[in-house]
Amino acid sequence: MATEVLEEYGTRQRLLNSDRLLAGVLIAPAIIYIVALMGVPFVLSIYYSLSDVTTGGTDAPFVGLANFRALIGDPTFQQTLYNTFLLSGMTLVVVLVLGTIQAELLIRSFRGKWLVRFLILLPWTAPVSLSVIGWLWMFDSIFSPIDWSLREAGLLGHPGALLGPATNLYWLGSGGLPMASIILVNVWRILPLGTVIVLAGLNSIPREVEEQALIDGAGYFRRLFQITLPMMLPIFGIAVLFTFVFTFTDMVLVYILTRGGPANSTHVLTTLAFFTGVQGGSLGQGAAVALFMFPVLTALSAIVLMLIRRREV
Amino acid sequence: MATLETRDLHTHFGQVRAVDGVDLDVKNGEFIVLLGASGSGKTTLMRTIAGLEKPTSGDVFIGGRLANRLPPKTRNIAMVFQSYALYPHKTAYRNIAFPLQASHMPADKIRSRVTWAANLLSISHLLDRRPRALSGGERQRVALARALVREPAIFLMDEPLSNLDAKLRHSARRELKRLHRETGVTTIYVTHDQVEAMGLGERVAVMNAGRIEQIGAPLDIYRNPVNTFVAQFMGSPPMNLVLRNGTLIGFHAEDFFPRGRGPNSEDMEQLTFRVVQVEELGSEVLVYGYVAEDEREPPPEVLATLPTALVSGYIAEGAEYPFEVPRPAIRHFDPVTGLRKD
Repeated sequence: MATEVLEEYGTRQRLLNSDRLLAGVLIAPAIIYIVALMGVPFVLSIYYSLSDVTTGGTDAPFVGLANFRALIGDPTFQQTLYNTFLLSGMTLVVVLVLGTIQAELLIRSFRGKWLVRFLILLPWTAPVSLSVIGWLWMFDSIFSPIDWSLREAGLLGHPGALLGPATNLYWLGSGGLPMASIILVNVWRILPLGTVIVLAGLNSIPREVEEQALIDGAGYFRRLFQITLPMMLPIFGIAVLFTFVFTFTDMVLVYILTRGGPANSTHVLTTLAFFTGVQGGSLGQGAAVALFMFPVLTALSAIVLMLIRRREV
Repeated sequence: MATLETRDLHTHFGQVRAVDGVDLDVKNGEFIVLLGASGSGKTTLMRTIAGLEKPTSGDVFIGGRLANRLPPKTRNIAMVFQSYALYPHKTAYRNIAFPLQASHMPADKIRSRVTWAANLLSISHLLDRRPRALSGGERQRVALARALVREPAIFLMDEPLSNLDAKLRHSARRELKRLHRETGVTTIYVTHDQVEAMGLGERVAVMNAGRIEQIGAPLDIYRNPVNTFVAQFMGSPPMNLVLRNGTLIGFHAEDFFPRGRGPNSEDMEQLTFRVVQVEELGSEVLVYGYVAEDEREPPPEVLATLPTALVSGYIAEGAEYPFEVPRPAIRHFDPVTGLRKD
């Protein structure tokens, strides 16, 4: 009897002290979360993209790659693909350049630095939907304060004005302006994160290495291109990855600003997938749109991460 | 190669006077050591010479030319940082070549200079490696090669040996001496280690609170410290100080003998040594204790280093022995100001 109790106690103790069990228990919620909320929908969407499922019924006949084939020939989809890359690429370039400049400013010490830092980080703290609605009003076709400022400055709204005789620019309505406006807002939104990432990179370069380069006789550009930037390459890789992922996965921006219009000219993959699959009802087509870039993004992420690891020092 | 001069040099950070009026004259080709505890201003002095810090007042002359306003890159100085500050993304070869590229030297000349420096430091086989694939000692050699490769006017070294283990440090010290002999570059070497200072420096400048307390040949400073600070800082172990008849008398541990067992001389100061601890280190014995005649309460510790043959089986812990010091080896200091009196 006594030994039995001891053994029972021993088993319980062993279980309680087991690192393996503890590790399993601690990591289980994350795994359940990922599998249930990301894994299952992901597998489901792969299946949908290969089937002719609609919101109108439950049966999902397998159609192979038909959805994808249809997309490739569709001019709206081609435009959307182009828009997505344009938005990501332009955002990336502008964020890296402006982020590096802002980080260079923030790494110096000056009076009122905390205020500047606060202002720079502010866009990141605002809820995306609210700030984008704010931008929607800024771009309003009649009451846009930007247009008003331009008119007051004499650049718009009278014959011979630099930006034309019309009273408004129609930021979200005409020519290339809608895409440019979307890029502008996206840059505004991602720049704080980019700045913080680059700032972290700058801070991670030991001061002595910079000073050594000074003493070794290197001028500003030699230091920038041979010391600072190469040493920050892994950090830039992270910034590139984040910008791409954020831009590729975000639909709020386009959804609120233009809803893909005018005439489907400003769709990105996420909004097109939403309008095709959910509002349009063809779930299969929508899933195909959403998944179209998956292999490309996977490859891109893998390459960037590999480069970062190789350059790690 | 060049001379270096500082005139009444001050470098302050706000209220902190890191360098507080330093006059230094370094001859062409000289090896001078700045010795001081951390916070004594030795590194700031070196950084001011390098141009990494702006002097608050005073002048720096390199090769007779006023260098106050020159940026680091035009001073033609080379520096080895304590951390070596190698460029982590460049191979050893590219690290060493970097200062030459910055001076727009033609590629074939760069190659021959790098090869020369690599041979001088026996690192030719490591040139393809990145710093992270090098050991501490190898990194230090790459840093030295990078500093030597462009024949600088002045060579600045900030505790370059402190990241090495004791054995490596010893061989690196000899190597530095050899390098200096072979290249003849004026060298300023910062350290807090008096053994390094004694072994390396042609002259040593002992620094304290931003000033140079004393400058001179290592042995001269060791034997004739100008004040109690230098006396206690220079040499390992430091000078013993005993307060007797209102005067601090100072003597080195190797001049403290059991009565009748030291040099045969009449001119001896007699003291009573209360032994607390004995360490037998093989060739010599370290005897710790205090002098009974010391007028301070409690009396500070005093150390005797004695050849083992002299005291084997003679000294016991806890006992009291008559000891003596040859009077010519004794230095006298003012107990209030700490300055030398004789």
